[in-house]
Amino acid sequence: MKVITANFVTCAVKECKTSAQSFPLHFHDAELEMSELDFQPEFIRNVVPRIDWEALRVTANELGFPTLPDVKPEGDALNDEQTLKDLHRLLLETQVMEGKLKCGNCGHEYVIKEGIANFLLPSHLV
Amino acid sequence: MAELESQADQYEQENVHEVYQHIAQHFSATRYKSWPIVESFLQEIPAGSIGIDVGCGNGKNLLVNRDIFIIGSDRSENLARIAHQHHPHAAVVADILHLPHRDAFFDFAICIAVVHHLSTPSRRVAAIAEILRTVKPGGTVLVYAWALEQKNSRRGWDKGDEQDIMVPWVRKSATEPNKSQTFNRYYHLFQEGELESDIQMAGGDVVRSGYEKDNWWAIATPKIK
Repeated sequence: MKVITANFVTCAVKECKTSAQSFPLHFHDAELEMSELDFQPEFIRNVVPRIDWEALRVTANELGFPTLPDVKPEGDALNDEQTLKDLHRLLLETQVMEGKLKCGNCGHEYVIKEGIANFLLPSHLV
Repeated sequence: MAELESQADQYEQENVHEVYQHIAQHFSATRYKSWPIVESFLQEIPAGSIGIDVGCGNGKNLLVNRDIFIIGSDRSENLARIAHQHHPHAAVVADILHLPHRDAFFDFAICIAVVHHLSTPSRRVAAIAEILRTVKPGGTVLVYAWALEQKNSRRGWDKGDEQDIMVPWVRKSATEPNKSQTFNRYYHLFQEGELESDIQMAGGDVVRSGYEKDNWWAIATPKIK
């Protein structure tokens, strides 16, 4: 699971959608793997405006990437090659291979296995 | 078809989800090109847009546009695993009736050849409603479903035929050509106008709709509340 994915998923339980606690989901016991992908600066520049920066900071911190800037790079800052490369590395090249994503509202844990996160709910949560 | 709503989940588990788990690899090898309407819909999405592909299968539609970011999801882990290889996109395992996405966020969504696998009218409407829920006001959702009216296809069904059917998937053995295994998948064939009507009931407005390659398709947007 690419780190960017965590910015666009939340708890699958209906009642959690209205709770601010359900986003972002929280990583536990994450095992990371880096995989080299083509660096497309335009892609990073285009998606950053749609990133919830506060949520990404929480995620990055949980995964041991504490160096994310306090504020989201905008305008000229998005022309800085190093900034884009760092984001490319974090968002696309960093894969969570094993671990759990936990909802801060209901406490349910979604398992990530061999890089694939599974959001199917057990019958008691449906 | 399931008689009761309460049995529908189990019915689809046996007659749709488990079948796809079994046929994932062979199915994927035969699905490699997007349909023209899907392709043009995705190509017209502005760079930097974020969307979802619900029931992404092997992720063939993730290949169309690399300037946007798509989170694909599928009930079959085997298919999600294949879809996951299409960068820069992502794929997860999820249920169309319980998507792990926030309300009113995405710029667009696609759901191609998926809602015809839900076995009751209310579940089909609920599935479309769940996708519409995740799309922002003004965002667009492309939905595609198998048509009842396809008398020129090799299946030959047409108006007036049974809409709830089992369709065989025959997998030939790679090593022994004489051996084959058959898996039956449940389908609900949509009749003319049915997809548009389901979208209305799901709280969507139909922007455009039509027929392509034995399927009905529609582009919907969430109704303004």
